Amino acid sequence: MSPVFQRAARIFAAATLLGFTAAQAQQPTIKVAYIDPLSGAFANVGEQGLAEFRFAVEAINKRGGVLGGRKLEVVPFDNKTSPQESLNQLKRVIDQDIHYIMQGNGSSVAGALIEAVNRHNERNPGKEVLFLNYAAVDPAFTNEKCSFWHFRFDANSDMKMESLTTYMEGQKNIKKVYLINQDYSFGQAVRKAAREYLGRKRPDVQIVGDDLHPLGQVKDFSPYVAKIKAAGADTVITGNWGNDMSLLVKAGRDAGLNVDWYTYYAGGLGTPTAMGEAAAGHVKIIAEYHSNVANNKAAKWDADYRKHAPKGNPDFYYLRGKIMWDMFAAAINKAKSAEPKAVAYALEGMKWDGEMGEVEMRKTDHQLIQPLYVLTLVKAAAKGGPKEAKIDMESSGLAPITSARLEAYTSAQPTSCNMTRP
Amino acid sequence: MEFVLVQLLNGISYGLLLFMLSSGLTLVFSLMGVLNFAHASFYMLGAYFAFQVSTQIGFWPALVIAPVLVGAIGMLVERFGLRKVHRFGHVAELLFTFGLAYLIDEAVHLVWGRSAVDYRVPPDLDGPLFSIFTSQYPMYRGFMMLVSVAMLVAIWLALTRTRIGLVIQAALSHPQTVEALGHNVPRVFMLVFGGGAALAGLAGVIGGNAFVTEPGMAASVGPIIFVIVVVGGMGSLAGAFIASLLIGCLQTFAISLDWPIFGLKLSQIAPVLPYLLMVLLLIVRPKGLMGTREG
Repeated sequence: MSPVFQRAARIFAAATLLGFTAAQAQQPTIKVAYIDPLSGAFANVGEQGLAEFRFAVEAINKRGGVLGGRKLEVVPFDNKTSPQESLNQLKRVIDQDIHYIMQGNGSSVAGALIEAVNRHNERNPGKEVLFLNYAAVDPAFTNEKCSFWHFRFDANSDMKMESLTTYMEGQKNIKKVYLINQDYSFGQAVRKAAREYLGRKRPDVQIVGDDLHPLGQVKDFSPYVAKIKAAGADTVITGNWGNDMSLLVKAGRDAGLNVDWYTYYAGGLGTPTAMGEAAAGHVKIIAEYHSNVANNKAAKWDADYRKHAPKGNPDFYYLRGKIMWDMFAAAINKAKSAEPKAVAYALEGMKWDGEMGEVEMRKTDHQLIQPLYVLTLVKAAAKGGPKEAKIDMESSGLAPITSARLEAYTSAQPTSCNMTRP
Repeated sequence: MEFVLVQLLNGISYGLLLFMLSSGLTLVFSLMGVLNFAHASFYMLGAYFAFQVSTQIGFWPALVIAPVLVGAIGMLVERFGLRKVHRFGHVAELLFTFGLAYLIDEAVHLVWGRSAVDYRVPPDLDGPLFSIFTSQYPMYRGFMMLVSVAMLVAIWLALTRTRIGLVIQAALSHPQTVEALGHNVPRVFMLVFGGGAALAGLAGVIGGNAFVTEPGMAASVGPIIFVIVVVGGMGSLAGAFIASLLIGCLQTFAISLDWPIFGLKLSQIAPVLPYLLMVLLLIVRPKGLMGTREG
């Protein structure tokens, strides 16, 4: 080694050492990778989550962060809703020494991530990665595919369908149901659960059609709408999200399709706008929160977010996202460590006083058990609707009101999870 | 009966939109030999420009202004980009348009963000046009079909009945002769490329509010318009027209039918059918339905 090079190497080593201790002294931020679509057909969905999470993180940091002063930070990684791209991004996340990932859009993506995280954690003890899932709702992730390294803060598809069908049980005007869903694990889970639970609760209801269409590729839904119409359906059940949801209802409106929509995700991102006021009273959504809920403990949060929300999309949507961040911060404090394994153990079985009632991260399968609401979109109060319909969605004139509150135990499902813990 | 009629109309109107999308691509290819990968991006630009203009001064001016703007951008691209790349051959041109598509995508992200914009069908065209038994047929779809057919007739007339059309056709096969006769061949090419881009822009104005205007819209129509151009025969306008209608109807009717195929339903594999058609056609008739050149 030449003397010049030796000296350079020594300076470099000293610099890294200095940098390291300096970073230690000011307590490094705890980074969380946000792996979701920020481009492609579902970019709008990913953008909304990111904006809300940044808002939640800012609030936690403002009140002092975690572990007595350490800050949290969201680092976005664009996965284009592709499982393959998500795995590439996960590699980058691991290379950047980030140990927490959050993802929600697409169970196809979440499934790939869970497997990759399991494999990585098995091979790299001490450098584990923890996966916090806020929206991928394939029931398998908390059943046969359950993992110690995965926590789900959204009610899974079966829980949502259980609640939705409990409500439908009392709606005697439902006679003929049409199922239309996206052709991947989540859409298939929705149609399977719909058939099973409706068969149990409303054996008199006839299922007149059952379609699966490719995820995020259909632009023209009018052929599907013509089919729904020809089948004589009075009710459509769909788990569609993003543009697949808004384009479907848009085509329905154009063709004058007169049905009730029972949906998972009609509550945002262009769907209320696309439906227009004609849809008032005909759209139901199953969700954990809406802005006009009675005794809204999140009202201030909701209103504050609206002031900070990105232009053109003011609605606050992911209450479960806020709960996820709050519980995550609480778990770090409880574990007194930012070590993923310790945080995971702290999160298991944690009860939390959520804005809509108590929630629990069930220990057996890492599924958050939470109360849910069936909402109906009606004309906003300003346009002559009921008084409680104060805040409309996307300034569309359609506002959500509560049709039913389903307590946490209604939707809780037995699990087949047999978790191995490290 | 009602069902079949409605689906037929749906298929034809979708097919006509596909034709609007692919006509510019096939024109540019037949007249310049350039396979323009950025074509779908011009479609997207058309939709965004129309959104911007329609929020300021309304939809009807946007219907004219947006395609003109996109056409102008197309001409600038040809004049200052493509023309310089041209001398390095077709591969360079291809790569150039490929890169351009990414550039336009990013530009759209920067200017309008990544979410969908609220570009709506104008109130004059919102509502049912007529009813078939109990089904409504939306007025906007009728408008879409009208514009598409008008476009076909206009292109055809322009190419075969006008002086500039004759010069364009001549410049394709005998550029030197045309140049010797005192015509500015590079300018002809610039006009053609701009015209192709403008057609894509027009399709964007119409398709953007019929469906959704978002940054992913270019990527989602990109593959299908190439299928149409290949199936119709590279560079054949009539071929593209027939292929568009064929694929529009094929997809629509496949969705309507629940025939079982290997445990799947035909409706489930409907989106793959155009690609299947392309592969089969390339095997049995590589020049496409109406194509004149091999391969």
